[in-house]
Amino acid sequence: MTSPNDRNNDGGVPVPTTPAGASGTAPAEYPPASPAGRGMFGNQGTGDVSGYGGLVRQRKPIEEAARPYGSYFDEVRDALEEAYPAFGDAIEKVVVDRGELTLHVRPERIAEVCQVMRDDLSLRFELLSSVSGVDYLGADARRLHVVYQLTSMTYRRQVRLEAAVSVEEPHLPSVTAVYPTADWQEREAYDMFGIVFDGHPNLTRILMPDDWEGHPQRKDYPLGGIPVEYKGAEIPPPDRRRSYQ
Amino acid sequence: MTTSNYATERETTEGKVFTVTGGDWDQVVSGTDPINDERIVVNMGPQHPSTHGVLRLILELEGETVREARSVVGYLHTGIEKNLEYRNWVQGSTFVTRMDYLSPIFNETAYALAVEKLLGVTDDVTERATTIRVLMMELNRISSHLVWLATTGMELGAINMMLYGFREREYILDIFETITGLRMNHAYVRPGGVAQDVPDDAIRKIRDFLVLMPKKLKEYENLLSGQPIWIERTTNVAVLDVTACVALGITGPVLRSAGLAWDLRKTMPYCGYETYEFDVPTHTDGDVWGRYLVRLAEIRESLKLVEQALDRLKPGPVMVADKKIAWPAQLAIGVDGMGNSLEHVAKIMGQSMESLIHHFKLVTEGFRVPPGQVYVGIESPRGELGVHAVSDGGTRPYRVHYREPSFVNLQALPAMAEGGLIADVIAGGASLDPVMGGCDR
Repeated sequence: MTSPNDRNNDGGVPVPTTPAGASGTAPAEYPPASPAGRGMFGNQGTGDVSGYGGLVRQRKPIEEAARPYGSYFDEVRDALEEAYPAFGDAIEKVVVDRGELTLHVRPERIAEVCQVMRDDLSLRFELLSSVSGVDYLGADARRLHVVYQLTSMTYRRQVRLEAAVSVEEPHLPSVTAVYPTADWQEREAYDMFGIVFDGHPNLTRILMPDDWEGHPQRKDYPLGGIPVEYKGAEIPPPDRRRSYQ
Repeated sequence: MTTSNYATERETTEGKVFTVTGGDWDQVVSGTDPINDERIVVNMGPQHPSTHGVLRLILELEGETVREARSVVGYLHTGIEKNLEYRNWVQGSTFVTRMDYLSPIFNETAYALAVEKLLGVTDDVTERATTIRVLMMELNRISSHLVWLATTGMELGAINMMLYGFREREYILDIFETITGLRMNHAYVRPGGVAQDVPDDAIRKIRDFLVLMPKKLKEYENLLSGQPIWIERTTNVAVLDVTACVALGITGPVLRSAGLAWDLRKTMPYCGYETYEFDVPTHTDGDVWGRYLVRLAEIRESLKLVEQALDRLKPGPVMVADKKIAWPAQLAIGVDGMGNSLEHVAKIMGQSMESLIHHFKLVTEGFRVPPGQVYVGIESPRGELGVHAVSDGGTRPYRVHYREPSFVNLQALPAMAEGGLIADVIAGGASLDPVMGGCDR
């Protein structure tokens, strides 16, 4: 179900591989280097002087879950598989982590899946709790993820749907026809990440001013800022500060 | 004497009298119906006393009837979610508390629960810490509902209700100040527990408050519940039924006023709410009146919960035992508010170099959180407050998204307002209880 080129690790949450910090848990990017070095104390290395952060930590990768998933997750999957003939094509991966079920959905199928999730009598996810975007820059070729939290009020269950699109082709169908509550939340995801929801009735910016350029919550959005002097010391802008990751 | 086109004059015993006539204006206006023919666009806000902060409403009116209503938000957008990504996990508490400034404890608790779930320490949070969280949340729910009652009273013409509501809220803020050091923006609930223990002084204040509040509630009811203007302004106004609520994602008192007893404290319990004795008040009319009754009843339920939480408060630690997560020292409140524990400072400066290093690393660098994502929803005074937190394994959040009930609920405003009178836009908007700090983040 996983397409070959979309991820470079098996985790449900792609972890950036470059640039690797001392711990291998580097953030999306280091602050830009300057002749004086990087960050607040002007050092050139990882920013860590104690050796503590240099320990390589073994992380347990979040892998595609094997059945049985436990809890109500098997039931949800079976019900969806039965009600939705294109299940095999639409669902890229099923992840169970920290007691939560995530279905990774092919972006063009997201509205269909939501429709089935809402309407099928054994699923009945009536409420779309939340829509949010995440930018996995450097970790995933399709780096913009849209995350839908569905709640079934009938069965008191929660399921997460996740659809990944690329920056070059940031399109996926809007789910506003299925869940009208997605209206503003999709507008927010568009505003902050530049994800385009096709079929949305009024996809405009919602939090930023109408004439704003760029999408601020993308990880490569420049932070800007100026150094501020406070009690004689100079505090650099956020992207020039010491990085501990 | 010249004759005038505008006024004829005649002499009376009282003196000269002019009779003003409208020239041919009678004919000019006779063809139009001034009430219904003209569609005007009214821009209400973002600076308007009745829009609960910087909310802007664009209303298309025919006479006094609202034909179309659109809300414009974003005036209070401060980029809190983006900022969170540049601070460590503990510092996040200080940001999220500023989102919905009327329910800071809820913002903090939702964040703390999400981080704890990511860390896998949910079960390690001590009983006392959880009980304090419940205690603080329920007090906060009362204060938030009081502000709702106060502002809605003011907007519908009951200025005295505003004064009373804010007056009683001050008692709660005073309790908060005793416990956390701050009236608002506490950063009190931290990942792993709470920042410091509840002082005995606060317990006494809460006990006093539990005696005082029921009397005050009775006063509000005497003031409003039988009041003809209040009843007229609220009954059958801004009706939203269960179907509309669920479709639009409306949760909280608005959904419960339509008749669905959906309260996350009961349906998907967290913080041990399943062990407390309380009811979920509902109403069936789905109008502003119903929301008023539901919120009043919720204050009573919260009082019950506060009392139970107080009774359960057994001595014990208020932070997880894991020293890789908990800050090494309990903060102590000095005369100037928050402060450090002098005992701890003496120890790390004088005796234990290791403690000093550990303290320094933990405070400046913060703890690492294993990669993954979680979603935690709690019942805030306005509905489902959800936190979607993503970690990449580092010391700072990779992404934190707040599902803010104010933001989601405001989508219902056109559904409530269109076809009604402009005065009911105020009542309907107020009944959603939007807080723009939370809405715009």
